[in-house]
Amino acid sequence: MTYEFMVASAIGVLVGAGIYLALRARTFQVVLGLTLISYAVNLFLFASGRLVVGRPPIWDAGVSEYTDPLPQALVLTAIVITFGMTAFVVILALRSFLETGSDHVDGDKVPCDRQDGLGDAPQGDGGQETRL
Amino acid sequence: MAVALTLLTLVLLPFAAALAIALLHGSPRAVHSAIAGGASAGGLALLASLSGPALGGGAIPQASWSWVPALGLDLALIVDPLGWLFGLLILGIGLLVVIFAHAYLYKDEDTGRFFASLMLFQGAMLGIVIAGNVLLLLVFWEMTSLASFLLIGFWQHKAEARQGARMALAVTGGGGLALIGGMVLLGLAAGSFDLRAILASGDVVRASPLYPAILTLVLIGCFTKSAQFPFHFWLPHAMAAPSPVSAYLHSATMVKAGVFLLARLWPVLAGTELYTVTVTSVGLVTMILGAVVALFRHDLKSILAYSTISQLGMLVMLLGFSLEAAAMAAVLHILNHAAFKAALFMSAGIVEHETGTRDIRRLGGLATAMPITAVIATLAAASMAGLPPLGGFISKELMLYQTPKLALFGVAWLLPVLATLGATFSVAYSLRLALHLFFGRPREPEPFARAHDPGAGMWGGPALLTALAVLLGLVPMSLAAPLVAAATGAVTGGATPVVELALWHGLNLALALSLAAVIGGMLLMGLHHRLLAAWERAPLPDAKLLFDLVMRFADTWVRKAIVATHTPRLQIMLFVTFAVTALLVIDGAMSGGVLTGARTGIPASVPGIVAWVLLIGATAAVVNDSANRLRVLIYISVIGLVVSLAFVQFSAPDLALTQISVEVVTVLLLLLALNLLPKNPPNISSVPRKWADAGLAITGGLLVGGIAWAMLTRDPGPSIAAYHLANAKPGGGGTNVVNVILVDFRGFDTFGEIIVLGIAGLGIFALLDTAAIGAAGARLRAWRDEMPRSPERHPMMLVAASRIILPLTLMVGIFLFLRGHNQPGGGFIAALVVAIAFLVQYLAAGFDWSDARKPFGEHQLIGWGILAAWATGVGAMLLGADFLTSWFDYFSLPLIGKFELASAMLFDTGVFLTVVGAVILALAQLSHVSQRAARAAGTAEGGQP
Repeated sequence: MTYEFMVASAIGVLVGAGIYLALRARTFQVVLGLTLISYAVNLFLFASGRLVVGRPPIWDAGVSEYTDPLPQALVLTAIVITFGMTAFVVILALRSFLETGSDHVDGDKVPCDRQDGLGDAPQGDGGQETRL
Repeated sequence: MAVALTLLTLVLLPFAAALAIALLHGSPRAVHSAIAGGASAGGLALLASLSGPALGGGAIPQASWSWVPALGLDLALIVDPLGWLFGLLILGIGLLVVIFAHAYLYKDEDTGRFFASLMLFQGAMLGIVIAGNVLLLLVFWEMTSLASFLLIGFWQHKAEARQGARMALAVTGGGGLALIGGMVLLGLAAGSFDLRAILASGDVVRASPLYPAILTLVLIGCFTKSAQFPFHFWLPHAMAAPSPVSAYLHSATMVKAGVFLLARLWPVLAGTELYTVTVTSVGLVTMILGAVVALFRHDLKSILAYSTISQLGMLVMLLGFSLEAAAMAAVLHILNHAAFKAALFMSAGIVEHETGTRDIRRLGGLATAMPITAVIATLAAASMAGLPPLGGFISKELMLYQTPKLALFGVAWLLPVLATLGATFSVAYSLRLALHLFFGRPREPEPFARAHDPGAGMWGGPALLTALAVLLGLVPMSLAAPLVAAATGAVTGGATPVVELALWHGLNLALALSLAAVIGGMLLMGLHHRLLAAWERAPLPDAKLLFDLVMRFADTWVRKAIVATHTPRLQIMLFVTFAVTALLVIDGAMSGGVLTGARTGIPASVPGIVAWVLLIGATAAVVNDSANRLRVLIYISVIGLVVSLAFVQFSAPDLALTQISVEVVTVLLLLLALNLLPKNPPNISSVPRKWADAGLAITGGLLVGGIAWAMLTRDPGPSIAAYHLANAKPGGGGTNVVNVILVDFRGFDTFGEIIVLGIAGLGIFALLDTAAIGAAGARLRAWRDEMPRSPERHPMMLVAASRIILPLTLMVGIFLFLRGHNQPGGGFIAALVVAIAFLVQYLAAGFDWSDARKPFGEHQLIGWGILAAWATGVGAMLLGADFLTSWFDYFSLPLIGKFELASAMLFDTGVFLTVVGAVILALAQLSHVSQRAARAAGTAEGGQP
């Protein structure tokens, strides 16, 4: 088994799991899905510099071979931005839950809950609140 | 150079004043009006210093700085006589309006916002009249639309103010769009966007096949701005603005912008059959329509609005004649109209201020109660009526004298007769305004009993303007003739004409027509009661209803289009998005080629395989166990850890450090959010949906994994890495190439990224700060903890340990920051570490304790961080280099030895501050909300708060 296979398969698994979770009906699962997809995307971008062992891009007079630093720089900011995005989406989900009393991705006014056969009552809310 | 500086100061002064007023928002209104008045007076002084060269026929003051040369956009300023004349109106009346507004606005009103918007408008308007580049003119043109939106809607609590502002923005903004098209075409036809070059190429433009399109688009822009038929309807609704705004925008400045542009482009556009017929007839129709409607309105400001429409129509008509003498009449009337109409709007404001109403049917006989106002307004109205010996008489005479020179539609008598008809109605509404307001008996006792003259602060401005209106009639030659002559020359682009202005021109046709208009106006006035009754019986179209109808129509169809192409269900939208993307990838993959490339792989080590198994297992667990949300967080952190390890293994120490610290922050964030979100909700997806989703997910995973595999088994193409590696040390002064790329080679990207992060932090703050009100607040207060908790709220061990850790962690952060340029570390990583150090305090000791001891505000950190990064870039520009060019050098100090100072360090400080601010802002706010909810729950249960 090579590292290349492991990284490629890990990216594939993360994307698959991310897509599945992003398609769920609950906001928190969508957030998890986006988090997994972000891992995969960052890994993928990083891998575009190819996998190189033991040659960090720290310049030294005695070293002539380095890994490609550019994807690393791009991924570094991407990781931080990913955090910003995740944080924003989580807070959006929280606010939507607080506003509507439901953590369904479409809020509680959309008929898809009913189509799923569960009625439009918000579920899982600790307080079992009714809509105001 | 001195001229260039004067011009730049002239146009920037109002904007600087607007900024200063906005910054001193909390100060008393005297501060706001003093800044605004000072800026206007200063602008007037600058303008006066330019009067010699601008009007003397010598070298026209102009200056130009290159802005976006690729687009032909220069910051070019030019003060020719026409621009000088308008600048005088804008700044002079601006100063009077500021004084008037200071007295007019009540103490508790938001004067900061008012004067800041007013100055913004002044700057934009001034920019229009002294712009020397048509693209620059467009920028200022749009700014006036926006500033007038803010000013018309100043009283935000009033529905009609909001609607009036929106309508004005829709009409003038829409016209602005047309104007952009017209100006771009004009620039293309003339071969330059420089105003002087365009004005010099009139023959080329008029011969161009683009001419009809240019003319149409430019005219739409001018007609919407100057409230010409059929776009006139927004102006009466803009009367919801405070009276000072109407006096400023709707008499002398904003509505004159269209007239100004017609005059400005006169040498290019005027003279053709198309131009003459279109502009003259639109102006004529507007003049008559406005005058007729004005006679039957009852709101003082509405009467003035329709009279403004009518007077603007007259100006447009005069410019449409394409005759030098008519242009001269227009220039003179611009002066006259500015004087009497601003005075009348202010008088209307005074009447409203002192009687409480603007309804002319409730007023009357005010001459005894407010004699000063009565004298001012009556004289101004007489000038509006065109009665001798006032300024309005001269310009109306000149207008009537010109009418027989143009046979509109081939009918010689059409223009004189219709123009006289318009003038007749002008006399009538002016008479009605003065007579019904100030003479006769009071119609209602209550407003009359309240009425009294205001202080000199309010009547001073209109008095001065009325005095000017009178003097323009009595001594026109010394007061106006040189200015009018020079400005007319600038309009026509030819030689400065000889201007003869006098009240008495001998017995001629114009005098006869003028006499007929006055007599007819008096007759109309006498019949006003009967005419009004007939008017009110007549079924008249209401422009506002039509406008609303159009808006509703557009709204309905946009909604229909959205519903037809969108679904409000996120799951379906995402499914389709993912599926289409997958299909595109499949389509690309079908084009052939083999999956596995020729590159030899690196054999994996046993620990590597273990980590891989952990990642796959944790990912599976996240999907499988996603209902138990707290456990999922553990799986997520395992994934993050393995990704960090992968970065370590594959020569990316910076990424590993970033990933591991982001991981900590993300898990903290999700934990805090889960505190309030449902923790173990039941699954609600149906089984078929799950299978469909799973099918798509597996396809997507295989495709992306396959692409990654195909990429990793091939050699990369030629890379720009070599450049970065070779130049990091000699060019950027650092050996950590990743960090040098971030703060130097691609510093502009990083600058954008920290701004995004800062905005995300502020957005989170906005979402959470308002969560305490409305439905969300009610739910927060009703929140009940569903988890068993430790009775000890802040465990002693954790609190003590966290306080010891804080300085240590801060030291690690500073260490990572300082070495970042040469070794793994840098602003991003240091910021995350420092943020974690503070977040641990919030975690251990609670929000209140930590927040009270926090030595900084997160908002300020974000702001200062972005400013620091920006200042680094601008610093380079000031030294003559490009934005964000870095600088470094080596110094040595005794004891410390040789060390390096780099401007990149300052930039990295900006990155550091912004990231710290955004991260702490997001998490601290979340913990604040949680703690609020927990406290409410604790109080409700009677437990310990």
